[in-house]
Amino acid sequence: MSETTPPSTPPPSAAPAAPTAPPVRGADEIKRDPLVAAAVARAADAVLDARELVGEITLFIDTARIADVCRTFKDDGFVYLVDLAGVDYSKFPNHTGPRFSVAYTLYSFRRNARVRLRVWTDGDVPSVTAVWKTANWHERETFDMLGINFTGHPNLERILMWDGFNGHPLRKDFPIRGIDTGARIYPEVFPEGGGPKAGSTGKPVNDVNLYKGEWKAYGSSPAAQIGGGAKPAPPKPAPKPVAAPAPAPVAAAADDDAEEEA
Amino acid sequence: MFDVHEMEVNFGPQHPSTHGVLRVLLKIDGERIIEAKPVIGYLHRGTEKLFEHMAYPQCIPHTDRMDYVASATNNLGFVETVEKLMGVTKQIPRRAQILRVILSELQRISSHLLWLATHAIDIGAMTPFFYCFREREQILDFFEAYCGARLTLNCMRIGGMPEDVPAGWLEDIEAFCDKFDAAVDEYESLLTTNRIWKRRTVGIGVLSPEEAIEWGITGPPLRGSGVEWDLRRAQPYEIYPELDFEVPVGKNGDTYDRYLVRMEEMRQSNRILKQCIPLIRETPAGDLKAKISKVIRPPEGEVYHSIESPKGELGYYIVSDGKTQNAYRCHVRPPSFVNLQALPAMARGHLVSDLVALIGTIDIVLGEVDR
Repeated sequence: MSETTPPSTPPPSAAPAAPTAPPVRGADEIKRDPLVAAAVARAADAVLDARELVGEITLFIDTARIADVCRTFKDDGFVYLVDLAGVDYSKFPNHTGPRFSVAYTLYSFRRNARVRLRVWTDGDVPSVTAVWKTANWHERETFDMLGINFTGHPNLERILMWDGFNGHPLRKDFPIRGIDTGARIYPEVFPEGGGPKAGSTGKPVNDVNLYKGEWKAYGSSPAAQIGGGAKPAPPKPAPKPVAAPAPAPVAAAADDDAEEEA
Repeated sequence: MFDVHEMEVNFGPQHPSTHGVLRVLLKIDGERIIEAKPVIGYLHRGTEKLFEHMAYPQCIPHTDRMDYVASATNNLGFVETVEKLMGVTKQIPRRAQILRVILSELQRISSHLLWLATHAIDIGAMTPFFYCFREREQILDFFEAYCGARLTLNCMRIGGMPEDVPAGWLEDIEAFCDKFDAAVDEYESLLTTNRIWKRRTVGIGVLSPEEAIEWGITGPPLRGSGVEWDLRRAQPYEIYPELDFEVPVGKNGDTYDRYLVRMEEMRQSNRILKQCIPLIRETPAGDLKAKISKVIRPPEGEVYHSIESPKGELGYYIVSDGKTQNAYRCHVRPPSFVNLQALPAMARGHLVSDLVALIGTIDIVLGEVDR
């Protein structure tokens, strides 16, 4: 994990090329910033890289040591874990290396400043719940949404999606219109891979192209007509010529009624 | 020796005092709570996923739907974050900045009024509800006059504000401000020294300052615990550095102190409004938009920015790939979600009826918790 590189970072030497841009500090210079210098000095070998954008310092940390580094920063005054967010970089332009990143935003009341720690991972990240209690739900949410496994978390279970949901919605390969659900919790109703059927088509929801009008309006399906008020009887087949002449006017009257209502 | 009869009951998801769709799994011994476990997600709409699939300006109406009783501050947090990423924060015209502050302070008052009304009615005081909604309706009328909507305002744009103030709007707000302090006194006369109210709130759900920070609590619950920290003061945005206001803090960190803090915050918001009205009159009319490109395409990078919403620190973490018009990833740090996490610690050992007071005092909005 330690040899990974952040995506498409411009080399520090290229930055001063644009004269109008503010000077970009190199990684070593950022690490010496008074905000983070003390904490970085105590965990120097775990800090792999540093970047700065719009005045926010981001330190890239060795994934295996993130819990220790967080403890170091907490002891140094960054007592408040503001936010913990996972990102799926699999569709990021020119990205190579691990798929996920987790960003920890820390805040120090004494310095009135934030710093962001980031790790790269393909699945497992040590949990920081032992460092901050508030990390518990943040990590559960990140696990739920992205499927990142926080090792050492006391109860890593879904928090926003329901138990038994099959998938992680914020992964880039998860379709925005959703997936076939139901198979896990009601296997007797929805067989594995079956899922709810889309309206009148009888096809699984994900196989229906809504934009081509494949899924007709609900009203066209027989089930939607139940309890839908007085509905005309379905059009009867034309009376056969062999029928007795006497009931014919009655049938005609019924047909007329049906047409009026329709 | 007592027999311990542990029982597990569901509190919610359709309980009127949960202010939405919150389910709390309770393990109780008689009336006493042994363990409370909030179960959330009933209102999850995948807002963060939607953000990745629409252009930045299209996201603003979706931020309304998170904390739907304080949509102006949600808008403010989002547009400021994008502006910070684009590096145009300094270019926002002064009139637009003042207007943003006016709208967010009105929103803070209206959010606190809704909190007070429902918190009081949960605990059993019916009357404050009507008084609070009397003033809240006036604020919603101001919103309606400005942007046409009363709840989901969609009232800010990246780079400025969409509309100038309507005719007579500032005068109406001035008249409202003049009367509002007396209205807060009126609510306080119903509750602050009320013996029943104090019996239900004093000493309930105590959070020490260390514990509050450990749980990541922000907003009035943090200040109720005695930590004087407000993002409007600590990391000011818009024109807050020029404004004169106090950050009220509590002492004991209980439900009663959090109540007092919010009452004082309403007065301070009113004070800010009174200062903003003359300031906005000094600025030229119609100067509301920075000269930025119509196509919002921020440079590659990541940014975190947060504002003080009525509930606490509302933050956005945006990752941009620099090539498209939509965010590569937009994570929301909702104050309600984080604050709700402390509910089990606060509820342990209290009665079931106190849980109602605790849910009220955290001031959650489930649209924001579940996003």
